[in-house]
Amino acid sequence: MTKILDYTREDAGQPPSLFPAYASTVARSPREPLVRIPQTLTETTGPADWSALMGESKADLTRQHAAAPLGQRIIVSGRVLDEAHRPVPNTVVEIWQANAAGRYIHKKDQWDAPLDPNFTGAGRVITDAEGRYRYVTVRPGAYPWRNHYNAWRPSHIHLSLLGPAFATRLVTQMYFPDDPLIPIDPIAGAVPEAYRQRMVSRFDLATTQPDWALGYLFDIVLRGPDATPMGI
Amino acid sequence: MSGPTKTLDNQSPELFGQTPWQTVGPFFHYGLPWKGGADLTGGSDLGARPELTPEGHYVLKTARDPGPLAGKMIEIVGQVFDADDVPVPDAMIEIWQANAAGRYNSPDDPREELALDAGFIGFGRGATSEDGEYRFNTILPGRTPGPGNSQQAPHIAVGVFGRGLLKRLVTRIYFEGEAANDEDPILALAPAARRLTLIASKTGEATYRFDIHLQGEHETVFFDI
Ligand SMILES: [Fe+2]
Repeated sequence: MTKILDYTREDAGQPPSLFPAYASTVARSPREPLVRIPQTLTETTGPADWSALMGESKADLTRQHAAAPLGQRIIVSGRVLDEAHRPVPNTVVEIWQANAAGRYIHKKDQWDAPLDPNFTGAGRVITDAEGRYRYVTVRPGAYPWRNHYNAWRPSHIHLSLLGPAFATRLVTQMYFPDDPLIPIDPIAGAVPEAYRQRMVSRFDLATTQPDWALGYLFDIVLRGPDATPMGI
Repeated sequence: MSGPTKTLDNQSPELFGQTPWQTVGPFFHYGLPWKGGADLTGGSDLGARPELTPEGHYVLKTARDPGPLAGKMIEIVGQVFDADDVPVPDAMIEIWQANAAGRYNSPDDPREELALDAGFIGFGRGATSEDGEYRFNTILPGRTPGPGNSQQAPHIAVGVFGRGLLKRLVTRIYFEGEAANDEDPILALAPAARRLTLIASKTGEATYRFDIHLQGEHETVFFDI
């Protein structure tokens, strides 16, 4: 038999699939219970050659066009770790976000806020041997959505990680400190309150570069090896 | 002593733990599904929706040719449906699979006696169309080990993402007509009445159909992994 390293299962801080306050979950979430299966080699392996798969790193979202984008220039950096506090090196972090006015470059975003020809808002970085990543962007604006009357999403950056295995996949959103929209946002609010602040970055003066950009710290914690593997 | 109460955040040691999942939302197309992401065998643009990104703003990868690959090339097509059988036009599907020899192109598959195809990564990603349709070109995977001494039937791991999906839904594609399905240890865990939702129907010599129902009468079996 092939030795298989199990990963932990999701913890109590994960949102449910059905969260009626986020209206589009209602018709798009399963009603049958999930079928719990043991992790096989299928779940405990994953791709590792990011440049062959997704292309080279694009870590500066402010230098993708002819001129600099409008908005507050920021640096976001942190580490990707597993639950045992160990770094996850050589893993890809994909990011996408709205521009400083809160508008996505996406053609279906029809909100009446200006597009910025100098800002696309998509990039990816690969973590180093200590699991560190860093990218440069502008702070995204808040934007309205149609979930309920006068609904606004807090400023956020979308992040997508694969980690070492199919089981460690994570897509999340990073929020900014002291945003009054977070407590009234049904997407952030789908995460149990005791764990919600895990998604809120911290302003950091040491990451901030003088006369250039504000710095924010955001560590990302993936499911780690399970200390007590136990079949199903 | 009085003072402001400390607000916990991402950097607070007492909050350390799994970062919570959040939805990809409706606007992921310029950030995630690249051209060729759904074509594991060739150099086509399958997988992306470049028409949703204005000219000059496509910054994702372009297609690559993986070179010659061992095994049988197959096409898998399907639609994603919601509770009311309405196709989901803003979903994204990811797949992960072994090559034809049953080897995963991963540092964590230790079975070096099985051949790797250098060009076959085994990971794919594709957005659904306005009709909720996705399509992958890939290789029929070989069998892989299961729990204990069992062998799994050929299968592909599937992740479903989209607007309205707060977290990934995980399922598997098995293949109609594979004798090994009857002894697959994972398939056996699915309720018998719903097991067929995991088996792609054979629609041609090398084509399969695999629809995904997020909810409703034909709800697909989703796994807790
Ligand atoms: Fe967003």
